[in-house]
Amino acid sequence: MGEILTHLLTPAVIIGILAGAVRIATPLLLAALGEMVSENSGILNLSIEGTMTLGAFAGFMAMSWYENLWMGLLMAVVSGMLFSLIMALMTVTVKVNQVVAGLALNILGIGFAFFWFRSSFQDRSSLDVPTVPTFDTADIPGLSRIPVVGEVLFSQHWLTYFAFLMVPMVWILLNKTRYGLELRSIGHNPEACDMRGINIVPRQYAAVVFGGAMAGLGGVFLSLASTGMFFPDIAAGRGWIALAIVIFGNWRASWILWGSLFFGLIDALQLSLQAKGLSLPFFGDDYQVFLALPFVFTIVALVLNRSRSRSPLSLAIPYHRGER
Amino acid sequence: MTEGSSAGGVILKIDRVSKRFPGVLANDAVSVDIEQGEIHCLLGENGAGKTTLADILYGVHHPDDGALYLKGEPLRMSSPKDAIGAGIGMVHQHFEFVPPMSVLENVIIGAHSKQWLDMGQARRRLQELFDTYDVRVDPDAEVGRLSVGEQQWIEIFKTLYFGLEILILDEPTAVLTPQGVEQLFGILRRMRENGLTVILITHKLNEVMEISDRVTVLRRGKVVDTVDTADVTRQDLARMMVGRDVVFTVENEGGTPGGLLLEVDEIHVESESGRGSLEGLSLTVREGEIVGVAGVSGNGQNALFDALVGVREPSSGEIRLGGGSIVGLSARKIASLGVASVPGDRIRQGLVMDFRVKENLILGRHRSKPYASWGLLRRRPVDGFAKQSIDEFEIMTPSAAHVTRTLSGGNLQKVIMARELSQAPKLLVVHQPTRGLDVGAAEYVRRRLIQERDKGAGVLLMSEDLDEIFNLSDRIAVIYEGRIMAETRPGDTDLEEIGLWMAGISSEPDAAGASASSGNGAAGE
Repeated sequence: MGEILTHLLTPAVIIGILAGAVRIATPLLLAALGEMVSENSGILNLSIEGTMTLGAFAGFMAMSWYENLWMGLLMAVVSGMLFSLIMALMTVTVKVNQVVAGLALNILGIGFAFFWFRSSFQDRSSLDVPTVPTFDTADIPGLSRIPVVGEVLFSQHWLTYFAFLMVPMVWILLNKTRYGLELRSIGHNPEACDMRGINIVPRQYAAVVFGGAMAGLGGVFLSLASTGMFFPDIAAGRGWIALAIVIFGNWRASWILWGSLFFGLIDALQLSLQAKGLSLPFFGDDYQVFLALPFVFTIVALVLNRSRSRSPLSLAIPYHRGER
Repeated sequence: MTEGSSAGGVILKIDRVSKRFPGVLANDAVSVDIEQGEIHCLLGENGAGKTTLADILYGVHHPDDGALYLKGEPLRMSSPKDAIGAGIGMVHQHFEFVPPMSVLENVIIGAHSKQWLDMGQARRRLQELFDTYDVRVDPDAEVGRLSVGEQQWIEIFKTLYFGLEILILDEPTAVLTPQGVEQLFGILRRMRENGLTVILITHKLNEVMEISDRVTVLRRGKVVDTVDTADVTRQDLARMMVGRDVVFTVENEGGTPGGLLLEVDEIHVESESGRGSLEGLSLTVREGEIVGVAGVSGNGQNALFDALVGVREPSSGEIRLGGGSIVGLSARKIASLGVASVPGDRIRQGLVMDFRVKENLILGRHRSKPYASWGLLRRRPVDGFAKQSIDEFEIMTPSAAHVTRTLSGGNLQKVIMARELSQAPKLLVVHQPTRGLDVGAAEYVRRRLIQERDKGAGVLLMSEDLDEIFNLSDRIAVIYEGRIMAETRPGDTDLEEIGLWMAGISSEPDAAGASASSGNGAAGE
């Protein structure tokens, strides 16, 4: 315990952990913001994990073909949008059970990415992992030189700045525009919107596809910013954590920011302790205990928020006109 | 009470409109002329085709045949959006609002033309409308937390905000207290003064007589006639509506209450949402007595029902049946003590809609003899009981093996009644037993309740239909915010006093006696 405290109280370590938290939070924040918009329209998209994997894969493949990172980024977004279009088709148009559709698409997304990946690199052994160059971090001139704050916040990837910029953008979209008001109304009571002459279908499609694009971006951050690699388990449960963050954040953009940072911090802390080889009280070398924490906190938050939940009232309930 | 209407020619012409649903001709060549600036009632029993017609006028359904003309021009609509565009608004029986959002947000949904929300301008416009109609509601209040009456105003203002010319209201008074109805009618009259046209769908004759200029009576999808309200009586309308002379009240000699059967003593029952909990409710029911519990829905009726049948356990207080406590007993145990129940939501709580009729008839008693032995259902006793019930209760079903979902509302209720009455219950707890039933089925259900009482059972009747309460009850208790607000006998009170109690306003004991403005009382509808 003493060793852990000494380690954690070193300024350089603290800065490293905080910067790590911001970096690790990026894919979570992107995916969770997108999912929140989708859920606000009443569509629960459980296929985030699969979409992120697919985004990571599409970015990686595009990079290895075109050797252009921005092309990789673009392909990740496009693949996320196309994939979530399937989700929208199944849930909005065909009106199948959203949980079943989401789970099925997860398996499809991960399986498809892995299949294509293996067939593209089948001459290599599974230990010889192909790598591609990654995005460099982009220091923001001036701001990055501020002590501590500069290192933590302003020496990050472009995608990280973009993710943080999306927090106010999504808030404005949902709360200050006509589209946002209509979207939230649809999520609570689609029938009322239908009766008011609001066309539900295109709005739900747009929300789900936006969510897919954001999950694709979250995925490509993992392959083209964090690792430079692709492997089937690259999302490593981040899609599920993003879903948990939406609940943890009670469907508010600002809380989702804090939720992502919080879970990023837990992960960064864990990585730091692991790198140093310090053993935990009670758990010893079982660093996996940190991986369980996001879910434990989510359950606690869910219980605490129960009476104040801002969950869309018609979340995951397909809307059929004229069924009253 | 039909003040001269400022009618100015036909605004909406319904010309031989027909609409067929699988197995039903809901509207059969319906023709009605709606005049500008009138309040026009569409009167009919359940299943007469009123709501279908309204849905056609609002673009929800499309007529199979016939046409609509708005100010002489043909009107074709493929969705409510087109209706709104044509200046037609509708307030549905089930409110169509977004509960967690504010009044203002609800009002502007779908009506805001700019991409960026301009709440300041919207607020000014809504406030002007509120001022015009003399309505005071906080635009920032969460709609889900308003009273039912206020929620209905919001539904109306949502349509007014669009700047409509014709407003359709589907059974708007079902959820209101008598005073709430007066306020609603005040708003409707003011709309008429402002030159708007109101189409009011109802099956309540009193309301037609009070508010409408003209009335169109529908029966089995056809128009019986359109008449000036001033030229007809309630009896005339009833005859047109039902097709025969109608008795509004079932014969009720009154009960002869015996010993104390049910004693509810200061019970508290919490509810999840915080609304509709019980806050120390006490009441008693004797053998051979019908106790009517009047109240606006959401004042604890559900909690009381659940506590009595054992679905929810009171956090404090005592419930005694025949002297013994039943608090904490399971629903099955309570039922075995002779408590039968008819729940308010017959589809969700009373029946399994995808089961066969005969299965629903033995639901709850399917585990024991004669219907089961060694854990297996025995076909012959089940079929035998089903046949007997279908005959005795005149349940209209193609067969006992038919899926329950296909039955009409009245027949669903009969299935529940047959099941619950088969065991000769000591106590019968019924919630909204005739809601949504047509006159014939309602009459039958009421007769059966009286029969059970005359056989010596105690009946606790929770209903929002005050005429029913007055007709059947030996004693009336008014429930308000989880407590019994007042208790009285049908002969000692009138609709107005009960209405005030239902709204939580207690009258002075002597004032109540003095102001007995009878006429609306026990001899009501």
